[in-house]
Amino acid sequence: MAETRWPQVRIMGLSGLLVRFGDSLDAQSNQAAIACRAGLEVESWPEIEETASALASVFLRVDLAKHDEDALIMRLQAWLAANDWTNAGLPDGRKLWHIPAVFGGGHGPQLGEVAGLAGVTEAQVIEAIATERTRVLTLGFAPGQPYLGILPELWDLPRQTGVTARVPAGALVIAVRQMVLFANPSPTGWRQIAQTAFTCFDPDTPEPFPLRPGDEVRFEPVGPDALSTPAWAEAI
Amino acid sequence: MSGVLEVLSVGPSVTVQDQGRIGRLGQGVGQGGAADKLALFEGAALLGQSAASAVLEMAGMGGSFRATRALRIALTGAPMTATLDGQPLLWNAAHGVPNGAVLKIGGVRTGVYGYLHIGGAIATEPVLEARSTHLLAGIGRALATGDTLPLGPDTGGPVSVALDVADRTKGGTLRVVDSLQTGLFSAETQSRFYATAFSRDARANRMGVRLAWSDGAGFSSAGQLNLLSDFAIPGDIQMTGDGAPAVLLVEAQTTAGYPRLGTVLPCDLPRIAQASLGAPLQFERISRTEALAIQRKANAATATLKSRVKPLYRDPRDIPDLLSYQLVDGMISGQPDKDTP
Repeated sequence: MAETRWPQVRIMGLSGLLVRFGDSLDAQSNQAAIACRAGLEVESWPEIEETASALASVFLRVDLAKHDEDALIMRLQAWLAANDWTNAGLPDGRKLWHIPAVFGGGHGPQLGEVAGLAGVTEAQVIEAIATERTRVLTLGFAPGQPYLGILPELWDLPRQTGVTARVPAGALVIAVRQMVLFANPSPTGWRQIAQTAFTCFDPDTPEPFPLRPGDEVRFEPVGPDALSTPAWAEAI
Repeated sequence: MSGVLEVLSVGPSVTVQDQGRIGRLGQGVGQGGAADKLALFEGAALLGQSAASAVLEMAGMGGSFRATRALRIALTGAPMTATLDGQPLLWNAAHGVPNGAVLKIGGVRTGVYGYLHIGGAIATEPVLEARSTHLLAGIGRALATGDTLPLGPDTGGPVSVALDVADRTKGGTLRVVDSLQTGLFSAETQSRFYATAFSRDARANRMGVRLAWSDGAGFSSAGQLNLLSDFAIPGDIQMTGDGAPAVLLVEAQTTAGYPRLGTVLPCDLPRIAQASLGAPLQFERISRTEALAIQRKANAATATLKSRVKPLYRDPRDIPDLLSYQLVDGMISGQPDKDTP
């Protein structure tokens, strides 16, 4: 049934269009969004100023006061219908990143809470996360900041009711079958389980955004002394 | 001759801004740029240069500046006290600044963001294709005393000219179109939202403006807590966890997990960004047809700004009570005309 409802085209204010591939988190909707964005980049329609993919959607920035939105929506729907999004693959040139992470203690102050919510021990949380190859579902909220997942059902943990006033850059937080690796110091409603020294965005380097949607990430548990061990990547 | 602008002293939130970045949303960097984009076009019209020129955005307070060459400057956005070697300067106007003269820009008189434009523009090194400081993204920083800013060569143009600008610091009625999650809000919540008299809360910055209102009941929606994060754009009226609305501005995060009741038209955003603390804000839901017509009219007005630039009739130095001049001269209206951009 889902196949007949998606994708949907929606309008965002006067600033663009949104293509949605689902309204809940699933790997296929995410892959479809990444593939759709790549396809639109190739299409390169002159009305579209930029595109971006989120967890299950693609934004097309279009100045709707300057272009005929009805005509554009029809053209977009026709293009979407001419592609099979249910079998969208992963992008080429993906990398597997290995990122050292210090779990628990002052570096992951809510590891115990997360273990309690999942009904496992802290050691089991670390082992489970460390063996997981999580995928970069999208970059967003802050520059180069990855949403990683999709974690098994066990990690469908609710957000906190309150907000942690500040986690440091490089903090690894978990909720709703995803993890986020923070690009900057930030408030968060998710729970911090580990700390990394990974830089999601460095404007002074030739490649300011190391991660791309579709890449995979493994967090390698290390002791606090090894926090600054550099991350490394291999082609997959 | 290009030269530099020396920062002799500066307020806490003065940044280099331009039209922002388009093309980096997929990497988590929103457009950003000046909080009041209309001010960029006004300054460009006054100086006869591109609206893509980088300027100084001064939130609440300016600073003291001195250049190593003669300058043409324009002052736009929220009016601030300004003097050149002690002589008062008119806002919404362009002025000549002799080599070595000290330009002092003080506190804001009404509104939030004042802009200093320089003939030839600020020529700092672009980062990700733009010169805009984006504090949330970690691009650039607020200016500090002792900074020097490189300037581009000025090809020349008018000085001692002014623009009549409607006061956009007093809030008013903001036009809204439905957005992605409008349907999550009950009809009752929506009509209550549009009937509520809001004002600008103290919690406001380049990311967004919180709204305050008196009767307390929040504006929550169905499914508020388990919404899939999706794109957010400036103008979105977002309900935070406690049901308090905030209007997202230029430096908002690129995605949001809270539902949005609607989206304020781009042409009305300067009036939210510039609303003084406590200024009344009301929202009016309009159809897409109306919205497109209003935005197109505003775009057309922006495109003709240059033709509305006029000479300064009086030497501002001859007007004794200059600072109150433009502020009380029939320009204040709590409820701007419906068609005011």
